[in-house]
Amino acid sequence: MLTPVIDEDGAPFWEYAARGELRIQACAADGCGELRFPPRPCCPHCRSFAGEWRLMSGRGRIWSYVVPHPPLLPDYAAQAPYNAVLVELADAPRIRLAGNVVAAPDAPLDSVDPARLRIGAAVRVAFTETGGVTVPRWILERG
Amino acid sequence: MLKDRTAIVGIGQTAFAKHLPESEKTLACRAVLAALDDAGIAPAEVDAFASYTMEETDEVEVAKAIGAGDVTFFSKVGYGGGGSCATVAHLAAAVATGQASVGVAWRSRKRGSGPRPWKNTAVQLPTPGQWTRPFGLLRPADEIGMLARRYMHEYGATRDHLFNVALACRNRANQNPDAIMYDRPLTREMYMTSRWISEPLCLFDNCLETDGALACVVVSAERARDCPRRPVYVHSAAQGLPAQHHGMVNYWNDDPLTGPAWTAARHLWKQADFGPADVDVAQIYDAFTPLVPLSLEGYGFCGRGEGGAFTEGGALEIGGRLPLNTGGGGLSEAYVHGFNLITEGVKQLRGTSTAQVPDARTCLVTAGEGVPTSAILLRS
Repeated sequence: MLTPVIDEDGAPFWEYAARGELRIQACAADGCGELRFPPRPCCPHCRSFAGEWRLMSGRGRIWSYVVPHPPLLPDYAAQAPYNAVLVELADAPRIRLAGNVVAAPDAPLDSVDPARLRIGAAVRVAFTETGGVTVPRWILERG
Repeated sequence: MLKDRTAIVGIGQTAFAKHLPESEKTLACRAVLAALDDAGIAPAEVDAFASYTMEETDEVEVAKAIGAGDVTFFSKVGYGGGGSCATVAHLAAAVATGQASVGVAWRSRKRGSGPRPWKNTAVQLPTPGQWTRPFGLLRPADEIGMLARRYMHEYGATRDHLFNVALACRNRANQNPDAIMYDRPLTREMYMTSRWISEPLCLFDNCLETDGALACVVVSAERARDCPRRPVYVHSAAQGLPAQHHGMVNYWNDDPLTGPAWTAARHLWKQADFGPADVDVAQIYDAFTPLVPLSLEGYGFCGRGEGGAFTEGGALEIGGRLPLNTGGGGLSEAYVHGFNLITEGVKQLRGTSTAQVPDARTCLVTAGEGVPTSAILLRS
């Protein structure tokens, strides 16, 4: 499985994920506080370089999804067809995270029947370790 | 203003195939020399080059192989197929402002027999890959499939609408002996029963994997009058990198279904003497079928959410509202990062297309939607 190729801006996301926390970068300037994703050095709204990582509730909804079939990289082909989703966060609907809906945090990418997926379906975050990196996964609220 | 101050006076191409024996560099030289021959201009007169950052033959290699003169302008445009029309735009700007006099743009690619870029796990395209690839969004088809499903959900677009796009391209390829799919008709049953690549996209929603190369020559309008072929003027040109866009995918701005096409279109039409209703024929970047309805909306041929319905009733066929990708496009002629769309636009305005739109005088050519993009308006 591919592990994230982490850059300096994104590193805190993965460090918090390793602690089981879903945090999104936010502006720390007085009177702004806008969330932003993907992470970057300064705030596109007020241009402040003061940032913080704000804890999210971990709840969201499926914005869209695909079901990839081969040809794929071998580790993914072995689980295909699987789902890949974009989740819009309940706390910030314009923040969208790519991920996978699974039956349990450590379950494979094909552990949920794609027929059960719907745009708008409520999901909540869970975390699993893969290749030494902790990544978010998503569990259907109506499991 | 850039308007009509430069023209494309030469086009060239190699054969297109799943596998060509020659190297990308050799194919590049052949296409460039063919375009210069078509233009009636000696290679020693070339003083400008433009290509894509993904082009693996540098201008240095092309220049010394073809025997170019002293080169005073060279440029490469990023973001994969989003750069196609920008290569012509950069040359047009260089020629119009006196930085060069004879520009060559080209793309040579062995995508048919060479490696698939998404299989490279060491080097990543300039995309925020850490946020997508670990989750199995590996290929451009997966990334665009995500937008396609949302688009179908929001606006009621259907697989039949995507089929209309695939069919129009295939029908034009069936008229074009140079097209890879020249002798391979497509039916609705074939489309609906084909294998999935990334649901909701099936095999026929995906472009071909092609070896081949193409090139074109850009000179001033004044010089163009002395060239043997009918000049095809660069009427307007634009690039598009929208606010809050992110690299190769468009998931994180406020409205991912209004992509870079919308940005490029605003600038393109602002500089033009005519509008979408006056476009006789279009060459819309079609790495994936959903890019066509999204682009039709972006470039103003219909309203938001109407791109699927626009394809109905044969609208994209010869004789329809907007004949499209008349050489077969990336879906059915060849996928060379959209450069064949540029050359086909030139053929239409010369009156030499294999699927000629009668009296075509204006043509829109677009680059990849979803990535930072570009577009040109051509007129005869």
